[in-house]
Amino acid sequence: MKVGLFIPCYINQLYPQVGKATLELLEKLNVDVVYPSGQTCCGQPMANSGYEYESVGACNNFVENFKDFDYIVTPSGSCAYHVKKHYNIIPQTEAVKKVRDNVYELCDFIVNILKIEKLTASFPFKVGVHKSCHGLRGLRLGSCSEVVGDSFSSIEDVLKMVKGVELIELTRKDECCGFGGTFAVTEEAISVKMGKDRVKDHLDNGAEVITATDTSCLMHLEGLINRNEQPLKVLHIAEILNSNI
Amino acid sequence: MSHSKAASIFNTDEKKVNWHDKALWFVRHKRDKSVHAVEGWENLRSLGHGIKAHTLSNLDHYLTEFEANAIKNGVQVHWAADAEEHNKIVHSILKKHNAKKIVKSKSMLTEECHLNPYLEADGMEIIDTDLGERIVQLAKEPPSHIVLPAIHKTKEEVDELFQEHLGTKPCGGDPQYLTGEARKHLREKFMEADAAITGVNFAIADTGGFVVCTNEGNADMGAHLAPVHIACMGIEKIIPKQEYLGVFLRLLARSATGQPITTYSSHFKKPIEGNEMHIVIVDNGRTEQLSRPDFRASLHCIRCGACMNTCPIYRRSGGHSYDATIPGPIGSILSPGKDLKKHSTLPFASTLCGSCSDVCPVKIDIHSQLYKWRQIITKETPQPLVKKASMKMMGKVFSKPSQFERVGKVARWSLRNLPKSVINSKPNVWGKERDLPLGPKESFDDWYKNREKND
Repeated sequence: MKVGLFIPCYINQLYPQVGKATLELLEKLNVDVVYPSGQTCCGQPMANSGYEYESVGACNNFVENFKDFDYIVTPSGSCAYHVKKHYNIIPQTEAVKKVRDNVYELCDFIVNILKIEKLTASFPFKVGVHKSCHGLRGLRLGSCSEVVGDSFSSIEDVLKMVKGVELIELTRKDECCGFGGTFAVTEEAISVKMGKDRVKDHLDNGAEVITATDTSCLMHLEGLINRNEQPLKVLHIAEILNSNI
Repeated sequence: MSHSKAASIFNTDEKKVNWHDKALWFVRHKRDKSVHAVEGWENLRSLGHGIKAHTLSNLDHYLTEFEANAIKNGVQVHWAADAEEHNKIVHSILKKHNAKKIVKSKSMLTEECHLNPYLEADGMEIIDTDLGERIVQLAKEPPSHIVLPAIHKTKEEVDELFQEHLGTKPCGGDPQYLTGEARKHLREKFMEADAAITGVNFAIADTGGFVVCTNEGNADMGAHLAPVHIACMGIEKIIPKQEYLGVFLRLLARSATGQPITTYSSHFKKPIEGNEMHIVIVDNGRTEQLSRPDFRASLHCIRCGACMNTCPIYRRSGGHSYDATIPGPIGSILSPGKDLKKHSTLPFASTLCGSCSDVCPVKIDIHSQLYKWRQIITKETPQPLVKKASMKMMGKVFSKPSQFERVGKVARWSLRNLPKSVINSKPNVWGKERDLPLGPKESFDDWYKNREKND
């Protein structure tokens, strides 16, 4: 099994530690993983802003970099979802179809493809899981509160394998954090308010750490936490899964 | 005014935002408790979706079947291509009966057509009899929600409004007293009415009958007391068979408020002897929306308001921030079809979190349609030059790895070295209330390359 590591653009530039944790974790799990260095971005920032046509170059570059892998794994539910859902704007060649079929968010890949049941990680903290929307409602990494059916969560499954993690219950289990790409800037007032409410929910319920499958949500929440000097640490889920504290 | 501007004004009073958010979240939570108790809820949603899709694909057939059956029942049927024709038809019926005082139960269609001011211009008195609608009517405001029209008003505000218009005593916002007084006031209006107007929730093709859902019984009070009943409906309100009500009535009330069924599901079929019953069937842009493959499913909507209650943006920006008859997520996919330029910011008033699509009782893919409207809006309406140019630049940067690396390096250096006062200066909207991450020396890409060398 040949796995291509897809590191989203902003993680590459601003949160390299998330990329490192993802790579190290996959290697610990004996995955034959390669990082193709010609990759840039999945194209989502332009597409969600209504400029899908400006993202075609990015889409093509993505496919070119990842077409030869059996699986593409990324520490981002949102970017994986974008490739799956919105790469219908370029011609559906075999390569494009293959890439769309085989792109996986990290937890999804660990739980549902590798079918891992044990990890050696330990992280003795109270952790609140912010269920990033594109992973939750786009990729269905877990059940969401609107839909009637069995309760499940790949994210919680994998966190439960980490020694010492105490998952805290949030009052609103799966409300959006308000990041939303350019929404964070074009609808600044609402975006900030949503983020503040999300942080408050974690604080009220005793979380020491907020984690998520998407660093974009976390960048927004961390920006508020740092500005307001609140007692919460922000870590991508890969960093927890790769921890040995 | 753009949605974001209106929303930022609403957000200057954070306490009120919190209150508004909690009030609507409470309704969403009630909905959850109620639907999670229904075995097969998701199948019911699929059925609702399927029946609506089938009906919309055979709309000509079911509408004419409905018309024929309604006429057989003694109902007079009228067709209106647009809002103006609708208003003229209603006006002419009222004029014929010399009606001066009219009571109306909730109808988003008549809001859409601006019927009230049209009739008032001819000296008619038109009273909205749904309590929430009456409140906003007295306040001279449009409804801010399609099921809870006055949800943006606190009980204290209603207290003041009633003192001014109904002569009530100050009561500190006592809901029981206020509703009691509203009831007395509305009783008089019902008794005096020359004609009653209602909306239509479901029009049934195979019987020619229609159903109006209310929690206050105000549709019945109006329609049973007045000699003339005019029911106004959009063409998408049709369902093929009476038995399908078993699907839609179960979906509607649970999704709207968490009730198993609305307090009154009133079935109308023919006029009381000596009275008249009219139905006005209105298009007003619906067939145009039906012709757009990406957006036709927006016509499945049964107006439950669940997408508003669940929407984290709606809850924190208030219905008026949408400046559209139907606010919230569903309104944001319907309104651009009517006036793309006016409503061009609405599809962007979303994080595309997808909660609206998951809560929708008839499975409208609301968030996907928001995304699709965005693609159209940037092409067909004027966009800020900065946004356009930066998107073009990003598109170029991301299509070439070498450029991406160069730009990344500069960005990281700036975040690391520029003083915070420069980083968070005015053009950086992000920095108003949020810090930016510190730029790391090394990108992941740099680290990975060195790591390979080290190995």
